Formats: sequence, C-alpha cells, structure tokens
Amino acid sequence: MATKNKKLSLKDKYQYLTRDMAWEPSYQKKEDIFPYERFEGIKITDWDKWEDPFRLTMDAYWKYQAEKEKKLYAIFDAFAQNNGHQNISDARYVNALKLFLTGVSPLEYGAFQGYAKVGRHFSGAGARVACQMQSIDELRHVQTQIHAMSHYNKHFNGLHDFAHMHDRVWFLSVPKSFFDDARSAGPFEFLTAISFSFEYVLTNLLFVPFMSGAAYNGDMATVTFGFSAQSDEARHMTLGLEVIKFMLEQHEDNVPIVQHWIDKWFWRGYRLLSLVSMMMDYMLPNKVMSWKDAWEVYYEQNGGALFKDLERYGIRPPKYQDEANKGKHHISHQLWSTFYQYSQATNFHTWIPSEAEMNWLSEQYPDTFDKYYRPRFEHWQKQQEQGERFYNNTLPQLCQVCQVPTLFTEPDDPTQLSHRSLVHDGERYHFCSDGCCDIFKHEPEKYIQAWLPVHQIYQGNCEGADVATVVAKYYHINIGQDNFEYLGSPDHRRWQAIKGNKPLGAGDSKDAA
Amino acid sequence: MSIEIKTHAVEPIRHTYSNIQRRFGDKPASRYQEASYDIEATTNFHYRPLWDPQHGLNDPSRSAVRMADWHAVTDPRQFYYGAYVQNRAKMQEATEYNFSFCDKRGLLTRLPDAVQENLLRLLVPLRHVELGANMNNSSVAGDCVAGTMTQLHIYQAMDRLGMGQYLSRIALLIDGGTGEALDRSKTYWLDDALWQPLRQLVEDSLVIKDWFELTLVQNLIIDGHLYPLMYQHFDQWLAEQGAEDVSMLTEFMRDWFSESSRWVDAMVKTVRAESEANAEQLQAWIEVWQPRVIAALAPLAEASVGAPALTEVAAQFAARLKKQGFAAQEIVA
Repeated sequence: MATKNKKLSLKDKYQYLTRDMAWEPSYQKKEDIFPYERFEGIKITDWDKWEDPFRLTMDAYWKYQAEKEKKLYAIFDAFAQNNGHQNISDARYVNALKLFLTGVSPLEYGAFQGYAKVGRHFSGAGARVACQMQSIDELRHVQTQIHAMSHYNKHFNGLHDFAHMHDRVWFLSVPKSFFDDARSAGPFEFLTAISFSFEYVLTNLLFVPFMSGAAYNGDMATVTFGFSAQSDEARHMTLGLEVIKFMLEQHEDNVPIVQHWIDKWFWRGYRLLSLVSMMMDYMLPNKVMSWKDAWEVYYEQNGGALFKDLERYGIRPPKYQDEANKGKHHISHQLWSTFYQYSQATNFHTWIPSEAEMNWLSEQYPDTFDKYYRPRFEHWQKQQEQGERFYNNTLPQLCQVCQVPTLFTEPDDPTQLSHRSLVHDGERYHFCSDGCCDIFKHEPEKYIQAWLPVHQIYQGNCEGADVATVVAKYYHINIGQDNFEYLGSPDHRRWQAIKGNKPLGAGDSKDAA
Repeated sequence: MSIEIKTHAVEPIRHTYSNIQRRFGDKPASRYQEASYDIEATTNFHYRPLWDPQHGLNDPSRSAVRMADWHAVTDPRQFYYGAYVQNRAKMQEATEYNFSFCDKRGLLTRLPDAVQENLLRLLVPLRHVELGANMNNSSVAGDCVAGTMTQLHIYQAMDRLGMGQYLSRIALLIDGGTGEALDRSKTYWLDDALWQPLRQLVEDSLVIKDWFELTLVQNLIIDGHLYPLMYQHFDQWLAEQGAEDVSMLTEFMRDWFSESSRWVDAMVKTVRAESEANAEQLQAWIEVWQPRVIAALAPLAEASVGAPALTEVAAQFAARLKKQGFAAQEIVA
C-alpha cells in the first residue's frame, strides 16, 4: 500500500495501539457495557482528553518487567542461600516485617482486584489500560513480598499465617477496612482513594520508611524488593495525579465531589499510616528518621506543594490537615504504648525502648517525649523489672470509621483523650476524632456496616469470649511464640543462639539484644 | 577433591507458611504455591459494594457455578507474576525479531494490493476482538475469587492487549507507520457486513454478568473456534496466496493459544468435575453460546477459507469438549 502520509509520532502510535482498538458500541448500549461510570455523579465529557500517563505497550512491559524480576529473584535466592536473615541489625527488626506482611501485602492484593475492576469499567480505553497495568503490577507486589518474606518466615515467628490474620486480627481491621472502603466505592472514588490519596500523596510515608528501614537494618531481601517496586510505583503515582487532574478538568461540577473524597481519604490514610509511625520511632533498631521529620518532609513540604498546584482547580488542602500536622508530635508514642499493652493479642512482639532509644526520642520530640511519654515507659519498665510486665486485659473502644482504638488525644491537649460520638437511627456510634465523625456523617449507611473486632468478640463471633481463645483459635496466633514481650521470646532466644550469645530468660537484662 | 565451605546456620523452624502447610504439609513449597493460595481475603468484609449491593466483596455467589474451594482451579503452567513475565518476554523477543525481519525486507509492502487488503479486511480487525477479550478477562480477574483463578485472568487480559497490539502493528507495517491502514481496517470492523455478527457477539459478551459464564464464553468457546479458524486455516489460506510471511507475525498467537488452552481446559475440567450441578450449568451455557459463536464466525470463514473449514474447527472443538465429558453438539457451519 503506497502512502505519502507522515509517520506517526510515538504518542499517536501509542494511541493507535490502545484506545483506537476500542469502538463505539452499536449492538449493546454503552451504559450497559459500562454501568458503573455515572452513579457517583462524576461528569466525563471527553475521554479523549485523557493523557496516558505512561506509554508502555505490552511487549515493552513484558521485557522490562522480566528483567526486573530476574534480578530480584537472583537476590532472593542468594539471600536465602547465604542465610541473609542472620545479617540484620537485630531480631526486633523482624517485627516490622510482620506488620508489613499482615498489614500491607494483603492490601496489594486488594489493589490488584480493585484495579482489574476499574480497568474494565471505564469507557475510556486509555484509562482502562493504565489501570490494568497497575492491576498486574499490584499482583506482582503481593507475590514478590510473599517471596521476599518467605525466608524470614522459616526462621522467625509471627509471619506464618498472614492472610488468615489479615481477615481477623483486631488491629488489621484498620488496613483492611481502608481497602474494603475503597473497593466498595465507585470507580472514581476508588482511584481518588488509592491512586491519588494513597499512592500519590501518602505513599512516600509508607514506602520510604519501610524500605529505608530495611536498608538501615541489613534486610537485603526487602530493600531489593523495594527498589524493584519503585519504578512500578513511579508509574502508579503518575496515574494518581493524572486521574485527579482529569476529573477536575472535565467538569466544574466534579470539584466538590473530588474535594470531599480528598478530605475523606486524606484522613483515613493518615489514621492508617499511624501504624507506620510506631514502626519508624519504635520498631526499627537502626532508625531512619523520626515520624515527625518524615511527616514534615513528605507531607507538609511535598503535599503542601501539591495542593498549591491544585489550587487553580479550586481544590484546597484536606480538611483536617492541621490536626494531622499537630499529631506528628504524638501519634507514634501513643500507638506504641497501646501495642505494648496489647502485645498478647498481636502477631508481633513489643518492648520498652532502651535508654539510648529513649534519648533519641527525647531529641526528636523535644516538646513532647520527656513530658508525656517517657514517664509512662519508665513506669512500665520498672514493673517489668519486678516481673510484672503490664498487659491490658480489657478490650478497647474502637473508632467506627478508622477502627483504631480511641487512643489518640485532642489535637490541642495531649492529656485529653479524643472521643466523639453521635446517635444514628437510635444507635450510638463512637469516633476517635472530628475527621472520622465527619466521614461517618456523610455516609452513615456505609459505616454502620463496619466489622468491628471488639464487638464481634463480645457477640461471640470469634470462636471464644476470652482473649486467649480468640487469639489462638480465631487468629491463629501461636501463644507464647508469636505474641507477648520480645525479651525472652523464642525469636529473641533464637537470635541469641544465632549470634552465639547465651540464651536469656524473660526479665533478664536486654543489653545483649 | 571437594571443598567444604563452612557456614554457620541455624535450622529453620518451619518450611513454609501455615496456609500452605495446611494444604500440602510442612515441606518446602514452590513459589507458585506460596504466591497463589489463600492470598485473597475471604471473610469479615466491612462494607457492601455501592456498585452491587446484592453481593459482598470477593463474593463467590457472583457466579452460578459453585466450588467448595476455588483454589482447586490451578495453572498447569504454574505461572505467578515472575514466571509469567519471563515467559512472555521470551515470546516477545522472538516476535520482535520476526517483525523487524519483515520490516527490514519490506515483506508485507511487497505483497499484491489485493492480498494487503485481505489482511486489513480479514485479519487486522481481530485487534478489536482482542480488546473485547482484554476487557472480559480483566472483568473476571476483578470479580472472581481465589488467587489461583484471579491471576490466570489478569495474565490472560494482558496477553490479549499484547496480541491486539501485534495485530495493529501488522497494519503499521503495511502503511509504513502512518496509521492510515489501521483507520481503513477499523471501518471494516464497524461497517462491513461480514464483521457485524462477530462484533455483536463481542458486545454481547461485554454485558455477561456471571464471571464463570464470561470466562467460558470468552476463553473456551470464542477462542476455541476463532484461533484455529484464523491462525491455522486462515493462515494456510494466506500462504496459498503467497503471503506465507504473515505467519511469522502471528506465530505468537499460535504458541499462545496452544499454551493457554491448557489452563482453560484444566479450569473447565475441574469445575465440571466438582458437581453434577456445575456440569449441567456448563453444558447449558455451551449449548447457548457455541451455535452463536459458529454463526458469528461463518461470514468470516465464507469470505476466506470457506465454510467446510469452520465445520472442521467445530468438529475439533466438539472433540475437545467430549474429552472433558461434555455432550458435544453436532454443528455444521
């Protein structure tokens, strides 16, 4: 076929290789093929205005991803063969991995299915393909994380039944409810929640601490996974920003809807990430940076610049941003205190920070740590030294929305517990903050459905009414192995053996750790 | 002489995750096993989907077919993400070589105009069928349950996108990379009477609600007829017109079809064997859809390889079904 036309640019060629394969249907109605596109009220006037955030055809995708996988698995193999788990800073570090595998990896799977769903249901083919690529990437992430941690599971406790625990254990309902919330929303809210709020605005607060934490603590398998996932994440972040700009540019009526979603998902994400704050400040033996510093860099500075950029669309910063900024001085300490008390009901160990660690916390948190938190830890330490390690045997009040126990304090008064409640349909509901209470008010029909672990235990739906039965039978937490104090735990004793030190008994000095 | 490298190692306390132990015992597990089984949430979902309040998230009742455990469906290729992309990267490398071989020597532009037109009219529009298959498989991946099942379908979805892109590149080879041939080819898909029954079938598949019915229609019945017809019989027909080089550009599809038929057959066989009710349901779906697929492909066959080729394809498909225990229908195209 002789032709005098100009060759396509790369951009146009990519259009031909994706959205041009689509067509306007004539045998079935478009609304029947894409039934979920309109019910959130988002108005899309022209899908052709969608800019593909990354122009990868499948042949290139297979090629690049295969190269990355080859390198990644070579390192996993070498790590296992060389007993890489013996080179970490300290066995306490593995508790961060327990949090990651039970709390984060199952979310990657939820993201995979969520993106497969929206990757089918947008009528714009360009957006569909971008979502599908993220979908298969998320499957990659859950699988490579399972493989990266498989070796640790062979040598340490608490990782062994991660998916079972994710569905059941009380504190894991925090991440689980977050993703269930996004997946049960419409397609545009799902993307605002996950692509924008989570992947774009907050992801650095999750991944940088975890992966740098791995690097600082000698965990080659996880740090390599992190590096390898980074180029996928860069694509996902680009998608997150494109999605939000696209919605805002398509129609001005979209702005208030999107603004509400940004407010909601910022607050939900902030509450979810409080788990990361305690990992950074308390669980990493070699510390990367404090939660407060991370929040300042990754949210206040980066997020500040982002929301400045979005101002021209009529978007303002998230509603409860100021409260979150105030919380940076407190949340890690409040959360670790809580987990310290409830260690009998988790799949990881907790401990009192060493003197050196407490001094580091004093430096990082000059206005709050010595004043509000050090005395509490010193008190518990004294008790522990007298053989009376403190465990709290009551069940905590959970927030109806974020599902974190109502453990946080008022934004302006760290001595006052923050608690809100309201009556809906004759029933009283409890919240940890104005942020969560607002979210409930907007969609009460959704949040009254929440599966609240404490209520479920009291109602007898968790195979027992006492903590020990629920923990062992329902959670599959091996009592005495996976849970309780770190000092003297099987992980601790095993680590001592690996390092050639004499095993310690419970209550012994922790210097040898 | 052998050298013993001394390592200080403490014996592992377990060989694999508890869920894998419960299924296979405490022994070293394969990467496929650890990456596929029980990774999907199964219980205690918090909210019902706004987009489908009759069902929960990960709700197996979205299909009429029932399995005690959907993990019974496994991938005979043992593909998890890493194994999948590495396999496809190899296939892609061979295909890339073939495309550049054809491009360098102008093998397609040398073909007579009539043959080029046949490619644009009869072969390249299949890119749209691939996009439909891509959407259908993404839909199944989003709705179905169990990691072994979901991952099969997302790989399948991405494969279909890739093959649609390879078909598009055949037109780009013909028009010298201007897109003109692709535009022409698309008008056949939209307006030419011979494509309309198939286009209608694809659009009808896009509104199937039951995800197992959808995978059955797309991956077993449509593909089971379309691939042998277009990539074997039609390929032969092209060769007879001196266009045997096109074979190099569709080799991926032939390799892909014989490979992916293995998991499709394994899936259908497992689900059928689970219960009499499943067997009946599958049989009923096949009886509805197979005649429609044959009818949709008939004009395409008549315009190229002839109706007897389609009858032969239908007979081969019937034999494939029979092996799995279905009552095969007599279908003459």
